[in-house]
Amino acid sequence: MTGRGVRALPVGEHALLLECADGEASAALHAEVMRRRAAGELPAVREVVPAARTVLLDGVADPAALAALVAEWEIPPLGARDAPVVELPVRYDGADLAEVAELWGVRPREVAGIHSRVEFRVAFCGFAPGFGYLTGLPSRYEVPRRATPRTSVPAGAVGLAGPYTGVYPRASPGGWQLIGRTDAALWDPGRDPAALLTPGVRVRFRPVGEAAG
Amino acid sequence: MSGRSLTVVRRGALTTVQDPGRFGHAHLGVPRSGALDPAAAGLVNRLAGNPEGAAVLETTADGCAVRPGCAVTVAVGGAPCPVRVDGRPAAWGAAVRVPAGAVLEVGAPVRGLRSYVAFAGGVDAAEVLGSRSADLLSGLGPAPLEDGAVLPLGPPPAGGPGPWYEAVPWPGPPMELVLRVRLGPRADWFTDAALRTLTGRAYRVSPRSNRIGLRTEGPALERARRGELPSEGMVLGAVQVPPDGMPVVFLADHPTTGGYPVIAVVREDDLAAAAQAVPGTPLRFVTGAVTRTGA
Repeated sequence: MTGRGVRALPVGEHALLLECADGEASAALHAEVMRRRAAGELPAVREVVPAARTVLLDGVADPAALAALVAEWEIPPLGARDAPVVELPVRYDGADLAEVAELWGVRPREVAGIHSRVEFRVAFCGFAPGFGYLTGLPSRYEVPRRATPRTSVPAGAVGLAGPYTGVYPRASPGGWQLIGRTDAALWDPGRDPAALLTPGVRVRFRPVGEAAG
Repeated sequence: MSGRSLTVVRRGALTTVQDPGRFGHAHLGVPRSGALDPAAAGLVNRLAGNPEGAAVLETTADGCAVRPGCAVTVAVGGAPCPVRVDGRPAAWGAAVRVPAGAVLEVGAPVRGLRSYVAFAGGVDAAEVLGSRSADLLSGLGPAPLEDGAVLPLGPPPAGGPGPWYEAVPWPGPPMELVLRVRLGPRADWFTDAALRTLTGRAYRVSPRSNRIGLRTEGPALERARRGELPSEGMVLGAVQVPPDGMPVVFLADHPTTGGYPVIAVVREDDLAAAAQAVPGTPLRFVTGAVTRTGA
């Protein structure tokens, strides 16, 4: 892909929203932005915020000049092996496991095997500090959000919504379908980075303990 | 009590610790936070002899009262309000010496919404990710003040207050809030009529506004497309339009990503006035020649 395939939308006076055709392309663009930033080949940018199919560059002195630069980039496809892997031990006993199994057309105890065979990637963070939107689950396993969100979801809960898997970094309200729970510390402000799941990181879930069902 | 600390006597409707904010972590879902009126926070810090980025108190609508455990130089600014030390009137917008154990009363603003209180040495709340700001969206940083809470103060600045003895002028919040915007990045999600409405019709500041966003009341903005926008990064000043069609201007505690389309972005210079606009203030969004240049 070249930078000409990237749509550059001005956002106010000091930011640029780079939009790609899909999440795969925007992940490759994000990796290229980070590579160039580390190599000192990018003008100063305060925040680089990837999302579903965009990369926001905020705190930019001259967004128009940066857009012209990006158009000239050669953007390599996302390498499969160049990001670190985080493994999360999960007890697959979430409150919505039976419902998810029914939506998938499998038995509840099969959910763990299907989910833990997938290698996920943190597409972006949002909703709460350290909450990653993980992609990788085949589209036939997409499930809707719960019709009524829960007022409190426990920290470490592993949930599904649409194309994403997510892990709640701390107790909060939430509407995702819960399939399990991990003891991993998703968020620790004393750690650098504070988030365990940062954009670009690959993630595997490892079943532990008794599977439900 | 004694020592370099403050005891909260009256917390007010909402009083938080704020500094310039928490930068560089938006990709982890961490809002920038920080004082909503940064110029006012910087000014009270200078008056108190602090670096501009020291942590201050930001009050909302009805001030607060605190009792320092040591004699300390303070300065109150931002929204103009009565200032009293142990009941005696004291200066607003100037350095004031508060004796140990005296009560500093920051009254309700006579204009504007948010007053700022600096203490020599700054409020020494614990830093989280490089900032002492209270972030009310995600709960990072010190909790909002509660009656009886004790806040530590930093060591007094070596040089003492700078040459800023006299009271300083403050423009005050405008009777009408005019926010200069640049259209986009998702102006194409709205009808031409909606774009004309945004920049041609009158809005009002909603009482449902907070540190996350300035909510508005006025004509709804109609979308040209249905469906959902995949989540994308959000900036300070983004004018996001939720399904009810009422524009929301994102302030310091705004979420870092969002799925409602952003019709326009307000210039950062105009956001301090937005933070000082009381509910009901007439509001207009305008596009200017200066906002049309660029890519």
